[in-house]
Amino acid sequence: MKKEAFFYVFQGDLIFCAVFLLGIKPTPMEDMLFYDRMQFAFTITFHYLFPQLTMGLSLMIVWFKWKFLRTQIENYNEAAKFWMKIFAINFAMGVVTGIPMEFQFGTNWAKFSELTGGIIGQTLAMEGMFSFFLESSFLGLFLFGEKLLGHKLHFITGFLVFLGSWASGYLIIATHSWMQHPVGYEILENGKFVLNNFGALFSNPWLLPSYLHNQLASIITAAFVVSAVGAFYLLNNKHSDFGKLFLKTGVIFGLFSSVLVAFPTGDLVAKNVVKHQPVTFAAMEGIFETEEGGSEIVLIGQPNILEKKLDNKIAVPNILSFLTYQEWDAEIKGLNEFEPNTYPTNIPGLYYAYHIMVGLGTIFIGLMFLAAIQLFRKKLFTTKWILWALLFMVPFPYIANTTGWYTAELGRQPWLVYNLLRTSEGISPTVSSGNTLFTLLGFIGLYLLLGLLFLILVGKIIYKGPQTIKH
Amino acid sequence: MELFWYIVLMCMLTVYVILDGYDFGAGIVHLFFAKTEKDKKAITNAIGPFWDANEVWLIAAGGVLFFAFPTLYAASFSGFYLPLIMILWLLIFRAIGLELRGQIHNKIWETIWDKAFGIASLLLALFFGIALGNVVRGVNLGMVTDGVSAHEPHYFFLPLWNPTFSPKAEHLGIIDWFTILLGIIGVIALTIHGANWIIYKTNSELNSKLKSIIFKLNFGLLALVVLSLFIWHIIEPQPFHNFIKTPWLWVFPIITFTGLFGLFKVRTFKKDGMGFLFSSLFLFGGITSTVASIFPKLLPSTNTTNPDLTIYNMAADSYGLSIGVNWFIIAVILVAVYFTIQYKVFKGKMDNVGYGEH
Repeated sequence: MKKEAFFYVFQGDLIFCAVFLLGIKPTPMEDMLFYDRMQFAFTITFHYLFPQLTMGLSLMIVWFKWKFLRTQIENYNEAAKFWMKIFAINFAMGVVTGIPMEFQFGTNWAKFSELTGGIIGQTLAMEGMFSFFLESSFLGLFLFGEKLLGHKLHFITGFLVFLGSWASGYLIIATHSWMQHPVGYEILENGKFVLNNFGALFSNPWLLPSYLHNQLASIITAAFVVSAVGAFYLLNNKHSDFGKLFLKTGVIFGLFSSVLVAFPTGDLVAKNVVKHQPVTFAAMEGIFETEEGGSEIVLIGQPNILEKKLDNKIAVPNILSFLTYQEWDAEIKGLNEFEPNTYPTNIPGLYYAYHIMVGLGTIFIGLMFLAAIQLFRKKLFTTKWILWALLFMVPFPYIANTTGWYTAELGRQPWLVYNLLRTSEGISPTVSSGNTLFTLLGFIGLYLLLGLLFLILVGKIIYKGPQTIKH
Repeated sequence: MELFWYIVLMCMLTVYVILDGYDFGAGIVHLFFAKTEKDKKAITNAIGPFWDANEVWLIAAGGVLFFAFPTLYAASFSGFYLPLIMILWLLIFRAIGLELRGQIHNKIWETIWDKAFGIASLLLALFFGIALGNVVRGVNLGMVTDGVSAHEPHYFFLPLWNPTFSPKAEHLGIIDWFTILLGIIGVIALTIHGANWIIYKTNSELNSKLKSIIFKLNFGLLALVVLSLFIWHIIEPQPFHNFIKTPWLWVFPIITFTGLFGLFKVRTFKKDGMGFLFSSLFLFGGITSTVASIFPKLLPSTNTTNPDLTIYNMAADSYGLSIGVNWFIIAVILVAVYFTIQYKVFKGKMDNVGYGEH
């Protein structure tokens, strides 16, 4: 029993160590699983750097265009045009890195696709039919059609691109929600999942909180990017009019989204986890043992799996119980109450991902709050330290979004479909690890190139700045 | 229900080949025949606003395959692992070649992305032809050696090639002399198709040159198509049994040859769109004839131990398939509206679209 527990807890990390540090050869199946997971993790992490900006930024561009239609102030239109240039490159990166995601369900996760395709195939096919066609048809019109269409129709094409990207997010999260909390299915004798209630896919209690949480997080990314560019222009004394416009808009969007992402949406997502995946919740929060009289909230500490405790812990008593159940002494189950073979495979990874997300989220609220106060007092544009802080904040919403998704995905392990289908049962049976490593290396090289190109081109656009209107 | 989704899937794939096919063809023309900056501009203007939406047909068809025939999706995507991932890489190069070229005005930068776009288009046309060849030839389902399956009966894995390059070997590869023949047919057919699109959508100085290129290439295409029909007999002893059983299916080969012979008149067409119409007919007829000849097989088995994959043993469960019809019909209507709007706005000659200019 003890040996088995040890094996499961360490499975994820052991394979990693074995391959990279010790050179010990795991079994061929473990090897295949490892590289399949690595490739998916790498390609999805890189991919999602782009759609999070696409979704948030499309909203802000539509907002700029809308303000222009309402006020006829030319700078709003120029702002929309400026961000559209960045949007175009960002969108293209999202598309080209997104297609490999759909393919990989079949190439690397064939068994998973075979068993669940009748269900998740629905939502994924709907994504292609409802959102990709919408986005791709109107993106061309949006990017090249301003003169051809006039401002009102141009606004509408922008809105349709925004709608398409948000619909895409919705259908992806519907798919994700089914994997986290399967509904509306039955399992046949041959192990296949078949749909018996289409509506249940969309009334899944997991779906709405996760969707709103995710969309707000993507607005945070866009808001921080927009305000950072604004701060850059002001600190640089270039394009100051636009700098002010970007800062004002970015800070307002940023404040609202940072607050809403934590409460109520983040809170609702956490409540779903506590209710449906209590063992994941225990691992996320770093609770090894159930605490009598209410659980403390851990701010800092390193999970020590060997001794089943947190090292160097700083915690506040009873807060977690209150946040979770609104009762100071409510009991929250620790890892000790669950079977070790249901533990998330990488407990420290999950714990850190979650804490980084929450920590950064708190900083976002604080910074945007201060910036908003200064904006209200009409002092934001001269408060240098806030401008510097906003400028340096750019990578962090990306990190928070990524770690947020790591929390969801590592939290679901060792399952593909929670409690029903293990990750190890989902891989392609005939694709050897050597072939997967080959393609993984290819993706790493190619994406490195894409990342560099993106930075160079977007850097160039930002440096050049929006077109200033000559009076 | 299976039959409905099968027809839907095949229609989507055919639309994909006709639409993205002209993008690939334009890329090949760009690589070999566009000498001046003006020629290149004409080509990218002709496909610029469309290629992205065209590519979506592949993704959407993939989605429908996943949803309606999940087992086939799983088996074929994992079995054709390497070429599929390479197609992904090529699609990435094609896309960034087109999108990034105009971002920096520098000779070296432009040359790099021109070549990326052209070479990726060429290889994609070749790969898609090879893919069709693999589906016709079939694979060693279950990876049988001496009558014993190494895997479940529908799973397989193909390396890029086997040392003999023979389509009759026990352990097959993706590339053999039969599939490479179809690959070359794919390249020539799409080059013609792309050239027709450029003639249709631009007033480029390239157009008259392209017409004579199409005329010459068409002889090669005809010769290779006839050759492949002879070879087909080696791969599949009875390629016509569906046609004999259901005579109306002959309509598809007739369409193919109408398109093919019609293209010989390319130099005298009054309307610029006629050539594109005939090359579309050829592609449509070619794909539908192939599909009709192997129906209801989706992927034939080359061994006698495991059965062919057919639309009947691969389909998803019937509740999901029937409910899918509802949203699919709504979606198709919407897609038709989008495409109408898109092609209306960008109708006629597109020499002045200014694609990729910043």
